[in-house]
Amino acid sequence: MERYEVRLSGEGGQGLVLAGAILAEAAGIYGGKFVTYTQSYGPESRGGGCRSDLIISDTEIDYPICAHLDLLLCLTQKSCDTFSSKLKPGGLLIADSKRVTNPPSGPFRVHSVPILQTARQKMGREVAANMVCLGVIAKISGLVTIEALRQAVAARVPKGTEATNLRALEAGYALALEVAPADALCVPAKISA
Amino acid sequence: MGAATKTVQLLQGNAACARAALAAGCRFYAGYPISPSSEIAEVMARLLPPAGGKFIQMEDEIASLGAVIGASLAGVKGMTATSGPGFSLMQEHIGYACYAEVPCVIVNVMRGGPSTGLPTLPAQGDVMQARWGTHGDHPAIALCPSTPAEVYELTVLAFNLSERLRTPVILLMDEVVAHMYEKVDMRRLANLPVENRARPTCEPGKHAAFTPGADGVPVMAPFGDGYRYHVTGLAHDDRGYPTQDPKLVAATNRRLQEKTVRNREGLMRYELLDTEDAEVIVFAYGIVAAAARRAVREARKQGIRAGLFRPITLWPFPGEELAAACAGASRVIVAEMNLGQMSGEVQRVIGRSKDVESCLKADGEAISPEEILLAIEGKEVRHV
Repeated sequence: MERYEVRLSGEGGQGLVLAGAILAEAAGIYGGKFVTYTQSYGPESRGGGCRSDLIISDTEIDYPICAHLDLLLCLTQKSCDTFSSKLKPGGLLIADSKRVTNPPSGPFRVHSVPILQTARQKMGREVAANMVCLGVIAKISGLVTIEALRQAVAARVPKGTEATNLRALEAGYALALEVAPADALCVPAKISA
Repeated sequence: MGAATKTVQLLQGNAACARAALAAGCRFYAGYPISPSSEIAEVMARLLPPAGGKFIQMEDEIASLGAVIGASLAGVKGMTATSGPGFSLMQEHIGYACYAEVPCVIVNVMRGGPSTGLPTLPAQGDVMQARWGTHGDHPAIALCPSTPAEVYELTVLAFNLSERLRTPVILLMDEVVAHMYEKVDMRRLANLPVENRARPTCEPGKHAAFTPGADGVPVMAPFGDGYRYHVTGLAHDDRGYPTQDPKLVAATNRRLQEKTVRNREGLMRYELLDTEDAEVIVFAYGIVAAAARRAVREARKQGIRAGLFRPITLWPFPGEELAAACAGASRVIVAEMNLGQMSGEVQRVIGRSKDVESCLKADGEAISPEEILLAIEGKEVRHV
């Protein structure tokens, strides 16, 4: 796989920094890829823009900052408005259906997915949305296997919360199966699962 | 953290710094957390107590460095970490540590400034502050990594240089490198050599605390070991007592200035990429060097003979090495995330025969490979 760029975006408090670390560990340590992961966030611990950028590749990564996104996840309308122009033609946009009320159209695939709602209904709290996101990404993009994600989640989340976080991950995986048409679920040809 | 036991790990720049400090023998940390350096304090708070060390969260950055200086005088390796606003507050104590010759490591993860500036966006605006932030003529050592693995190596080196030369050493990271994770094979970083300051072997009554050895560095007695001497920020004699004797003052000030430069070996670090036949040389450090590396490779594909000079030691400035690398080039471009702080230094070194060109950015965004490539192609760089 050539350089594959992923951005997880939303606002402070949504757990996207941890989600990025877990996705990076799943792809890099358990998936055997080269990976870099950077973050950007404002001074606010709640609200304020927040993003996690990952680059995943079969070869060494010379520059760790995203410029042409293959996959963009947005948990707020603002982050979607800010970053959707960075999506590559043929890229993949996963937007939360509650907070992104006006998803853009363009030469990319758009999946509007009830991530926050699922976190609230299935897990009882929206803060679980970051793990739901990871399950959705695994299923829709095929970028990492669910097994690699399970291992990374178990290794990274605070002790005592493993079971809850793993359930949220599975909820995301199941959600992707429900909302995305079967032909949209793909493993990119160049990525070996 | 379960990941800590694996050989191949996902390592973050800030976490690498904290873990390397521990490996280098650091057993004291005092700090006031500030983004984008906070993870260093977080990891030190977790790792130091089980290793028999002490972690103290202080009331501010002035007190933080004061506490580190105190620990070091007592014989314990100490570190603090901050960002621009805290680095400004530390300047007085940096000068004190330079003059009293107290080894310590100060990490500054640069964010956009001036003042409170841009929390928590990247910049390289503190490179001149790292050289001249504290007043008076003084030695300065500043190291600048461009990957998490290099953060680890340079943190160990920072401790070694500070122990060897009895001087504060500054590790200058930008926000991207500090917050970036990459896959690192920890075996490569295990068992790096660790240096410890020389201690006096004479009887306590015979030790002249500030009489230098052949390397220009006096041996250091830890407080509490029976060696009696005075520590002050005033100009001082060989026992540490204040003096205004011009001869003594001149000798000490010159010695401090020269002790870093004469111990150049192992201190001057830099990386060259494709400079041998280069017509255009890009000078870049920290995360900008990663962008420059990509731009240089792209330029080569287009048939432009481009090369990269990456200073790893920013201070003392590797001027001789840069001048040698640039001798055959017709153009030199400085790419940095500030308004040209190192450009002047590069111009001074390469002389007036060619004008240094600049690819500068100070808006909270990192410089991209495309922007540096435009500069190499001689086109106008318009930052978005």
